[in-house]
Amino acid sequence: MKILVTVKRVPDPEQKIKLKDDRIDLSAANWQLNQFDEYAVEAALRLTEDARNPATRLGEVTVVSLGPAEVQQQLRAALAMGADKAVRVDSRDEDLDADIVARTVEKLVRRDSPDLVLMGKLAADNEGNEVGQRLAGYLGWPQATFASIIEVVEGGKALLVGREVDAGVEMKKVRLPAVVTVDLRIVAPQAIKNGRTPPDHAYPEGPRYASLKGIMAAKKKPIEELTLAQLAIQPTLRVRTVSVRLPPPRKAGIKVSSVQELVDKLHNEAKVI
Amino acid sequence: MPYRGVDYFALDDLLTEEERLVRATFRRFVDEEVLPHIGHHFRQGTFPMDLPRKLGALGALGSFLQGYGCPGLNAVAYGLMMQELERGDSGVRSFASVQGALVMYPIYAYGSDEQKDRWLPAMARGEVIGCFGLTEPDFGSNPGGMRTTAERHGSTFVLHGEKRWITSGGIADVALIWARTQPEGEVRGFLVERGTPGFSTRDIEGKFSLRASVTSELILQECVVPESAMLPGARGLRAPLSCLSQARFGICFGVLGAAMACYEEALSYCCERKQFSRPLAGHQLVQEKLVGMLEEITKGQLLAWRLGRLKEAGRLRPPQISLCKRNNVRIALQCARTARDLLGANGITDEYQAGRHMCNLESVFTYEGTDHIHTLVVGEDITGHSAFD
Repeated sequence: MKILVTVKRVPDPEQKIKLKDDRIDLSAANWQLNQFDEYAVEAALRLTEDARNPATRLGEVTVVSLGPAEVQQQLRAALAMGADKAVRVDSRDEDLDADIVARTVEKLVRRDSPDLVLMGKLAADNEGNEVGQRLAGYLGWPQATFASIIEVVEGGKALLVGREVDAGVEMKKVRLPAVVTVDLRIVAPQAIKNGRTPPDHAYPEGPRYASLKGIMAAKKKPIEELTLAQLAIQPTLRVRTVSVRLPPPRKAGIKVSSVQELVDKLHNEAKVI
Repeated sequence: MPYRGVDYFALDDLLTEEERLVRATFRRFVDEEVLPHIGHHFRQGTFPMDLPRKLGALGALGSFLQGYGCPGLNAVAYGLMMQELERGDSGVRSFASVQGALVMYPIYAYGSDEQKDRWLPAMARGEVIGCFGLTEPDFGSNPGGMRTTAERHGSTFVLHGEKRWITSGGIADVALIWARTQPEGEVRGFLVERGTPGFSTRDIEGKFSLRASVTSELILQECVVPESAMLPGARGLRAPLSCLSQARFGICFGVLGAAMACYEEALSYCCERKQFSRPLAGHQLVQEKLVGMLEEITKGQLLAWRLGRLKEAGRLRPPQISLCKRNNVRIALQCARTARDLLGANGITDEYQAGRHMCNLESVFTYEGTDHIHTLVVGEDITGHSAFD
């Protein structure tokens, strides 16, 4: 199976946000691989290996990112985990929106014809959650979002995808080629069944470590560099950021002296009971 | 807030992609595999026996070697790995130092092809644990006085003597024993397997320090080993000393990890805990201490980084390692003591890390060349006068 995985670098979500000139100041940002994209890389690797002999690849995983030269660090991290090759489409973060990203990935998909596009369900920076859906729309491919289970069925012609919904787990069958976005639990020990790894095999929880051998091997793996112009993408933003503001600070709470007072306030002021 | 490292001077710009990835792997490994359990091991006085194979799977053991299942890391990447491991615990870093620099390295550098094939891949996987027997009860800083002997009897050697303060001794499958041959009187290295008649170990109890690491005595009484157990290329004291240079290089980076753990812990504690009208961190005397820690860590980072680049360029001289070991261990120990101070009474319990690092670093101050000895190495280098004897 040939899989294309999209990855994005995001500022460390634990860092405090600072504003400067109505924009988020990212000059001191600590960049890292978006967590859900790391899960997508792990899922792609599990789909393309026999866990008993992971050194022998059963498919090909290409990681793709849009961004400046520094993004190479995050691509290299995915290669060190075990992805086979990478593509970086040169761009500045401020020149991108979800639509440009979706249209760019669409071009790459049409060029490289993967069987599956795996993506994180959203990026931890703006939590947009729209590139996967837009991409499936542009390609006219079936999509399954928020996957927590993926099983290869019908001899590799389709996927059974589990999505956690309020009532339980919804199972969807999608024909390949397809676009699938993954949720947190896709990296649970038995979330992926690829028909080669024994079904009772349990992976360690979470994405794999980049081993030292993996890191050394990643140095030799190719990273193709492209521009938006080479892919004939019109860099016209559909979303324009007008300004960015921090939410107002929360007002301090109050202490009540009796249960009666609490009930009274909940009933008369908050009007919740 | 997860640990993100200490980098006040944007030193990350001096690192390659590969070096940052290596650090990231071991940063996460220490968060997930070491820190949740290390306090328990320290309290119980046990070594985490699950770690050798886990470290082996990542390629951490003998990682600066090339071939035999080892990835061939450059010096700075290796150093950063040691830094992260020691952020977990000096005992864990000590295990990795001994396995890689003190046992695998001499086998790699001085061993026969048979010895390399037999030991290196298994040691790299963490399936076989090694220890390094140089120090004796009466000869620490002065290994040249060693009394352990290896008497030749035909195609065998009979080893006799005692080694002490041996990291991993009690859990080792193979001990590299340094002994003087009789009658020649030349220092040679012998690979002695656990179970060899006449070879036994006894763990040292009652340690205040490196409690999550095994420290042992090795006893050799009429211990017969074949000539094939001897490292053919290691002749004279120069061989074990070359191993120590490798290990000390790792310490130069390693102790910074312990210092960073203490600094981070003290910083977050002081920002949260309020005394009088404000957080501890708002008091001038506290700020002075926190700044002092950060300042020394930053200088130590630059020193270690430069040491690594000199090593990669083949320009490193042992007195430079001595200067860096001396400085970085001193400042790490001082950081740990300061952190313990800032944590107040909480600093004396194992609910916080500073006390554990402080106790551990007392050993690191003394082992692999004491602070005094490294001072005299540099002293001799700059004056031309040896002050040892």
